[in-house]
Amino acid sequence: MSFYDVYIKYRNFDLDKCFRSDSSVSIQSVLEKDRLDLGHFIYLLSPQTENFLESMARKAQAITRNNFGNTVQLYTPMYLSNYCDNSCTYCGFNFNNNIERRKLNLEEVNREAQYIYSLGLKHILILTGESRGESSVSYIKDCVRILKKYFSSISIEVYPLTVNEYTQLVNEGVDGLTIYQEVYDDSLYAKMHVYGPKKDYKFRIDAPERGAEAGMRSISIGTLLGLGEWRKEVFILGLHAKYLQDKFPEAEIAISVPRIQPQISGFKPVSSVSDRNIAQTILALRIFLPRLGISLSTRENPEFREGLIPLGITKISAASTTAVGGHTIAGNTSQFEIQDRRNVDEIKIMLESKGYQPVFKDWLQI
Amino acid sequence: MEDLLVIAGKEIGNRLFIGTGKFSSYSIMKQSLEAAKAEVATVALRRVDSDSKKENIMDFVPESCRVMINTSGARDADEAIRIARLAKAAGAGNWIKIEVIRDNKYLLPENLETLKAVEALVREGFVVFPYMSPDLSMGRRMVEAGAAAVMPLGSPIGSNRGVKTRELIEIMINEINLPIIVDAGLGRPSEACECMELGAAAVLVNTAIAVSNDPVKMAKAFSESVYAGRLAYLSGIPAVEKTASASSPLTGFLRDKK
Repeated sequence: MSFYDVYIKYRNFDLDKCFRSDSSVSIQSVLEKDRLDLGHFIYLLSPQTENFLESMARKAQAITRNNFGNTVQLYTPMYLSNYCDNSCTYCGFNFNNNIERRKLNLEEVNREAQYIYSLGLKHILILTGESRGESSVSYIKDCVRILKKYFSSISIEVYPLTVNEYTQLVNEGVDGLTIYQEVYDDSLYAKMHVYGPKKDYKFRIDAPERGAEAGMRSISIGTLLGLGEWRKEVFILGLHAKYLQDKFPEAEIAISVPRIQPQISGFKPVSSVSDRNIAQTILALRIFLPRLGISLSTRENPEFREGLIPLGITKISAASTTAVGGHTIAGNTSQFEIQDRRNVDEIKIMLESKGYQPVFKDWLQI
Repeated sequence: MEDLLVIAGKEIGNRLFIGTGKFSSYSIMKQSLEAAKAEVATVALRRVDSDSKKENIMDFVPESCRVMINTSGARDADEAIRIARLAKAAGAGNWIKIEVIRDNKYLLPENLETLKAVEALVREGFVVFPYMSPDLSMGRRMVEAGAAAVMPLGSPIGSNRGVKTRELIEIMINEINLPIIVDAGLGRPSEACECMELGAAAVLVNTAIAVSNDPVKMAKAFSESVYAGRLAYLSGIPAVEKTASASSPLTGFLRDKK
């Protein structure tokens, strides 16, 4: 059994009916509980709960403080390659898009790593477009060998791999896996992933557990908000995170709820997701799963990011670029537009002013 | 005579040990350690950033405070052993708190892997403090393995629930001939005091201090309550009686011989 089977079980689950039928529950009674069940999680995601965001926020802040302290972990993405074999309607790296394709050679990787290291960052997330041919596992391993000279923690966000391939990367020094399903609704998934290996829904949805099985220390999953009906997507995301926590208690499970941003293909979000919706998403997940890591990317604007931090955020990116070699090579196309362009020191000062310790290093190569 | 806790030849006057995670800044952490007059602070090696372009936690631990590195992040004995060796190589000393956690939901320790790490690290000359779920048999095994003290949890890390394991901890205090240091879950100074009254050798507190609105004041409050609890323990706390004990006994008139 894998999470795919859980998804199939809930695929036709009538969430709207649950939202309508559960009128006996009160927000106070849910917030007073130490442990929430699935019914409570559904309640926290429901339209009627949108009126109680303030009391949810207070609870979420207390939970986050006790579990993670007054700290926020910093990381930054590093794009190694933008070659891609897939045609995904919403993505700037879509292989049909006429953009300059680029892959860093190892010397360029070293230069980019040196630059990021000079900013004081110790946790890095490396990304490639999804092309097994251009960014092979052995290429990623070569890059990791260079990066571990500079960074304490290396996570990957690449195409889904087999257990054996994940194991090779763990042995090389990778400790984190980020892989987003993008959209859990499988019929929408089929429509939006027009061509390429990414069409294989099941191989992707089960990738996080293959990574955990291979010994990845942290596993980060997500859904790209705007691609599907957000409440249904977040409900499945919560189920997925809980499934991973239950099955792999030794791993740190984290989620991200990126909202789709404009990029080169001109894709427009299918459903609109408001700021309040994002806040409710984060609050419901935090209260449902107190130990869940929640990361927030620079897709959101500075003011909104700052507001979300006390609601349960544990990790944020800083000094981000979504272009290949974006720190040391000018002119490459970005995967999507960044809203928060602040540098590391500006983010550090912002966190300190809000009473949070920016954590640059929270792992070590052992 | 001064009441000192002696571990591996080191005399410790303040029986409040403080964990250094979760503070809103290293400067607040430092002020808290100073306000408590802490003599032992635990530091996770994963947080130590010796070639930092920003700040290194070790620079904020007062000189009067002994650093006990913890193996936070270790999932088995092997990882804990490697972290301990890295700590020693980095010059962080040989006092090691073994934290082996395979459960990220409750952060409860893995006693068996912890024991294996204790056995190995004692052989390598470390002064070893195992963090464990309270269990008498396992505690005895830790003693046999050469642990310097035993650190049973009061309740899960960060839960602020207090001494939920009180009965088990009391048994360990009575039966184990090593300092028992209650670690984790203490949410308020009165709970730290309670542990000391029971006869714990020390307590370790982090979350309740670090996330309070005024960590510096809270550190002091914990320190004073630990001291009060210790004094009470040393004074001999009168047994609790279910019935009243009259100062003029009701049977005082019975004067013939028993």
